[in-house]
Amino acid sequence: MQAQVESHGHEGDGHFDADPPLVQGNMSFHDLTELVSHHTEKKTPLAWLMAFGVASTGAALLLVMLAYQVWNGVGVWGNNIPVGWGWPIVNFVFWVGIGHAGTLISAVLFLFRQQWRTSINRAAEAMTIFAVICALIFPTFHIGRVWVVYWMLPIPNQMEMWPQFRSPLLWDVFAVSSYFIVSAMFWYVGLIPDIATIRDRAVAQGRKIRAIILGFLSLGWTGANRHWRNYEKAYMLLAGLATPLVLSVHSVVSFDFATSLIPGWHTTIFPPYFVAGAVFSGFAMVVTLLTVARRIYGLKDVITLDVLEKMNIIILVTGTVVGFAYITEFFIAWYSGVKYEQYAFINRAFGPYAWAYWTMMTCNLISPQLFWFKKLRRSVPVMFVLSIIVNIGMWFERFVITVTSLHRDFLPSSWEYYSPTIIDILTYVGSFGLFFTLFLLFLRFVPMVAMAEVKMVLPQADPHYYDDHGDGQGDGHGADVVVTPTVAPEQEGGTEQA
Amino acid sequence: MLKKLLAPVLATMSIYQANDEKVYGILAEFEHPGALMSAAKEVRRAGYKRFDTHSPFPIHGMDRAMGLGQSKLGFIVAGGAITGLALAVWLQWWTGAVDYPLNISGKPLFAVEPSMPIMFELTVLFSALAAVAGMFALNGLPRPYNPLFYSERFLRATDDAFFLHIASNDPKFDEERSAALLTKLGALQVETIYDHETADTDASDPNFDAEPELAV
Repeated sequence: MQAQVESHGHEGDGHFDADPPLVQGNMSFHDLTELVSHHTEKKTPLAWLMAFGVASTGAALLLVMLAYQVWNGVGVWGNNIPVGWGWPIVNFVFWVGIGHAGTLISAVLFLFRQQWRTSINRAAEAMTIFAVICALIFPTFHIGRVWVVYWMLPIPNQMEMWPQFRSPLLWDVFAVSSYFIVSAMFWYVGLIPDIATIRDRAVAQGRKIRAIILGFLSLGWTGANRHWRNYEKAYMLLAGLATPLVLSVHSVVSFDFATSLIPGWHTTIFPPYFVAGAVFSGFAMVVTLLTVARRIYGLKDVITLDVLEKMNIIILVTGTVVGFAYITEFFIAWYSGVKYEQYAFINRAFGPYAWAYWTMMTCNLISPQLFWFKKLRRSVPVMFVLSIIVNIGMWFERFVITVTSLHRDFLPSSWEYYSPTIIDILTYVGSFGLFFTLFLLFLRFVPMVAMAEVKMVLPQADPHYYDDHGDGQGDGHGADVVVTPTVAPEQEGGTEQA
Repeated sequence: MLKKLLAPVLATMSIYQANDEKVYGILAEFEHPGALMSAAKEVRRAGYKRFDTHSPFPIHGMDRAMGLGQSKLGFIVAGGAITGLALAVWLQWWTGAVDYPLNISGKPLFAVEPSMPIMFELTVLFSALAAVAGMFALNGLPRPYNPLFYSERFLRATDDAFFLHIASNDPKFDEERSAALLTKLGALQVETIYDHETADTDASDPNFDAEPELAV
């Protein structure tokens, strides 16, 4: 049973303040279930199949490129001394960075009680997992002999050798794989109640195989309060654990650079600056994906413009932090008095890769400043374009850091202009194919909005919401508001077909 | 004997045993979270212990209304954290300084500073594993079979319906009197749940679920 609230005029009870409602369209619990679940149940739309065809072709391209690389060796890529870390590491940092927004939205904003996160956290966390998968591919194949990748793990072996724990590269293995496991668990725990929702719908619809699969995945969830009690505790603890984890992961990624002695890398500002950059790029990716998804899937009332605006504000803030870090780096290079450091930065901004440096500056520092204007940060086309520009800029940031610091080392005779090969480029393109393949599968088969969480932030979820106007026991108060308990009618309209 | 000893533990996981008449409990539907919460308060006041509410989302204040204390999950997670930290210290010290010492640039074989990142990562990883595993353990999940699934109405517990279930193995349970109490508390519908002990939950089957009738 649900209460359909027909009037919203009850002031003075604390339900309404200056903030706009988190969910628009005066939705009931059932409307929301219908709106979100429906997309996992309907017949596969043609547009989805076409998009999936394109994306999976990209994923196949990635496979072919990796196979080619494994067969021929790392030489098929453009990396060579002095630029030993080329695109593979650039792409690795790029994808890991994108992943961070999901955890930030699901964990950090949860701890700060930012309820607007509920509509986007599911998709953002999915994006995290898929981005980390894409990220892990690059270092895995960059090691050259991928068939012995397990040497990075502390597994007893016939050589009686252990991984070198004093190396930041090994810290990275632990950081990123812990991050992947924790994110995946966090995501799955969040999914359990929603899988139970679509399981029960599958049973009601008489779709037996679907019900069995979902029944298996939902672990027999019944929404019991004794379960919610432990569940909420687990969720909160996972959020509390994921928060320092997400900050640590990109810090450790930055250690790969910062603990070396390469001018341009050896700076203490790297960890916070990398984390800000990661949040920046990740939020931009979430905006890119959700502006499209909310339109196609008709989720405008759930993923509201207000939510997108808040994300754009975070993009503005983190973009400015990142830009400030670029300037600080420059200042410190000058202030340090170390001429190698100074040369590295002059070379960055005015050397052969100046085009990349200024692309980065324009995209990351200047372009987000447009979000100071309310009109622009509430405009969907503007934010869509800007979010893509931001991610181009963030890719160039990693390129600038990696390549410009390496291509002119201490021995001028080995100076070189690094360029990627076609294999580098196609591998990167392929990683987008994999990412979108996974994301499309997510959109097709998984409730893309955390239904239980969004229901919880609806005003009628508050048990005290009913205190003044009838709690089903006929205390006679609150005649000004009509609460009509009805069996929810079958919802046919209200949801858009993709 | 063992069954009897386990019953209170299982009850904390919302798992109950059916009585001799195969009655698992009675299930009442309430119209909204507020009604469910005041009903839970009253049921508790009436002396029931083995009851639970089912809602599509967690309801704030329900733990207090039902008289449940803090979740014990925190202790399990603390155990996970200590395990992870200890494992990380041991792993880095034993592999690097004991089993295969390698001198690299004269760096110490084991020192706390370079061991920090992995100590941190494994602490978090094991805490998170403990949080998830502990949550499942405390909740008795996965639990594929649940007599409540026999109720067709209960399918909406994960959508927009709010239920209160009193288990038949509660000492105060009496099929008629408990049902009357729930009706008095404003339940929209009260039904008796039987434990058929089969996994068949095909609600569309016309022969299925012929037995349970509305108790009131």
